[in-house]
Amino acid sequence: MTADAHPHLLVHHKADNVGVVVVEGLKAGTDMLGVCTEDNSDFRLTAKADIPIGHKVALKALAEGDTVIKYGEDIGRMVGPAEVGGHVHTHNLKTKRW
Amino acid sequence: MTTDLADTTVNAWRRENGRVGVRNHVLILPVDDISNAACEAVANNVKGTMAIPHAYGRLQFGEDLDLHFRTIIGTGANPNVAACVVIGIEPEWTKVIVDGIAATGKPVEGFWIEQNGDFETIRKASWKAKEYVHWATELQKEAVPLSELWVSTKCGESDTTTGLSSCPTVGNMYDKLLPHGLYGVFGETSEITGAEHICAERAASPEVGEKFMKTFQAYQDEVIEPFKTSDLSDSQPTKGNILGGLTTIEEKALGNLEKIGRTSTYIDVLEPAETPAKGPGLYFMDSSSAAAECVTLMAAGGYVIHTFPTGQGNVVGNPIVPVIKISGNPRTLRTMAEHIDVDVTGVLRRDMTIDQAGDALIDMIRRTANGRHTAAEALGHREFSMTKLYRSA
Repeated sequence: MTADAHPHLLVHHKADNVGVVVVEGLKAGTDMLGVCTEDNSDFRLTAKADIPIGHKVALKALAEGDTVIKYGEDIGRMVGPAEVGGHVHTHNLKTKRW
Repeated sequence: MTTDLADTTVNAWRRENGRVGVRNHVLILPVDDISNAACEAVANNVKGTMAIPHAYGRLQFGEDLDLHFRTIIGTGANPNVAACVVIGIEPEWTKVIVDGIAATGKPVEGFWIEQNGDFETIRKASWKAKEYVHWATELQKEAVPLSELWVSTKCGESDTTTGLSSCPTVGNMYDKLLPHGLYGVFGETSEITGAEHICAERAASPEVGEKFMKTFQAYQDEVIEPFKTSDLSDSQPTKGNILGGLTTIEEKALGNLEKIGRTSTYIDVLEPAETPAKGPGLYFMDSSSAAAECVTLMAAGGYVIHTFPTGQGNVVGNPIVPVIKISGNPRTLRTMAEHIDVDVTGVLRRDMTIDQAGDALIDMIRRTANGRHTAAEALGHREFSMTKLYRSA
């Protein structure tokens, strides 16, 4: 891959509804290249916020109460909304365990 | 690569009990906290020795005392230790430690401070330590199969990049080396929360899976429930994990479990600091998720090299076991590269595969076994943290 083909966003599993930002300094409005590591398929998505490296991005609109899927598994429930391309973290996602 | 691994050798020390060590330490080991000063004085007198001061060893009882003894004996018995001087306040518990280490066949002698004082104890122990240094430094390495190593793993300061890159790198290494006879171990009981059903399924038999679930549930019932004061979201994930983008314990657990790869299954569940007894293969050890505590327990179980994936940059080391750091986070490689041994940032750029990352880690294990100092060794990280189960008497 050439440098400009490096992904902004990686997704573990086809069933996931969040992905992970893997570049530093991502700005709102960036036309992100996303790659699903399960099958190397790629897609584009516009970032709706400045999102730090390592933080999650909603791949579809998520509403309060929705289950968040990563690794193809349940990682918690939304306690607030996230738009497509929006930031998903402690402000809108919470564990179901404790 | 897989066919080569069966023939890959490293130059290391074959110990009296047949185990392979990759370091050649002469340890000055305190039985208890109040013997730390004498041990440090001996280590200062005799170059080429190392004291391991710690905080405990008095008025402990029951299972907590058993764990203390198991940790100290296991540390002295580790094949990375050539010989060991043991110092305690009194002779009885000192003898327990000496006898436990002597079972390996390695040179070990105990000294005690009561009726001697620090001065006389230090004088006698220094003579013995000097004798051990001369002896140990003449021991020759020999070629031994890479697969005879015991390699542990635990990740720290995890973030979302560990689940994408450094943890599956360790998993790939285990998938390649375990079939050749390697001993592996993973643990971090609290950090399996949210993925315990997946972990139970990765046991080699339903009985072992049930043993895991019993250990997991005991931790929830006996530690979390009685002692928690609120939602644990402020501790697990840690503040560092959250800064790195991990939000929930389930998410952290799923990334953590990437360390056991795709095909590996574990054959037994170990008590903290317990030495595996069911032959080569992967084990689960009941252990804290705190880095230094976990690495200390695995070293006491007999593991000689530790593989440590990190995202945000945990800097932990161990006095006797080289800790190999693996990171895929480009910000961590940019800001704290001095701590990282294996750079797998290429995995996030999609110009390095997990298979290539696993090979890079295997090569670093080989080089570390041959003598390369890890970043943690070069930087003097010697964290030795004992796990304590409850208050002393």
